[in-house]
Amino acid sequence: MVRVLYFARLRELLGRASESIELPPEVSTVGALRTYLMSRGGVWSDAFAEGRAVRIAVNQEMVQPATPIGSDDEVAFFPPVTGG
Amino acid sequence: MPTVRIQQEDFDVGVEIARLRAGRPEIGAVATFIGVCRDRNDGATVATMTLEHYPSMTEKAILSIIGDALIRWKVDDATVIHRVGELRPMEQIVLVVVVGGHRGDAFAACEFIMDYLKTQAPFWKKEQTANGPRWVDARATDDEAAARWQADAAVAQRNAEKPPIQRG
Repeated sequence: MVRVLYFARLRELLGRASESIELPPEVSTVGALRTYLMSRGGVWSDAFAEGRAVRIAVNQEMVQPATPIGSDDEVAFFPPVTGG
Repeated sequence: MPTVRIQQEDFDVGVEIARLRAGRPEIGAVATFIGVCRDRNDGATVATMTLEHYPSMTEKAILSIIGDALIRWKVDDATVIHRVGELRPMEQIVLVVVVGGHRGDAFAACEFIMDYLKTQAPFWKKEQTANGPRWVDARATDDEAAARWQADAAVAQRNAEKPPIQRG
């Protein structure tokens, strides 16, 4: 099971802060996970639509969509950061 | 050893500078940046601001940025404190202190840490305005400010690779 976290506007839009997901065999990268979540439809397809700026972290490090994921990973999706 | 603290409570820049300088007579420069909460943004009056973060990632991300700065410039140490939770205009948000031998490197390292924090550290601001709550959008100018350091590094790299100028 992959632990998936959502932050800020994404968390509000999706109505949840985290969940555990059993990865389907075809989902081997974070980019593929984003597409998989989009396929849930409704707010999910809107939140993860192409062109929406979504940043991704695997095990607390920002990564590119091609980054592979395994079942023990923590994956976080969030909007571009606005601290400071 | 760099210090990173994420906290709700306010900070005292004097205390933090004294702590960084303690027992270090070789320090000749202290560069600081303090980000504070404004009462306006994008044409609206801001009543309060709430800062959310990704706890297990935040400290790690900032330590990595400081680590890069300590390698790139001749500076000795740094402290970053970032507040989270609800803040009001006039309150302090973020502190960066860098100490080193001389001002040039201390200034540059301080600005670098702040520019990267703006684009890499997982914080998000939500404002309460007269028109209701809204999430603050990331600014393209922040990405440009961070990218500038990569361009600087690329130029430095190219210059280092150039053969020395022959003088007649």
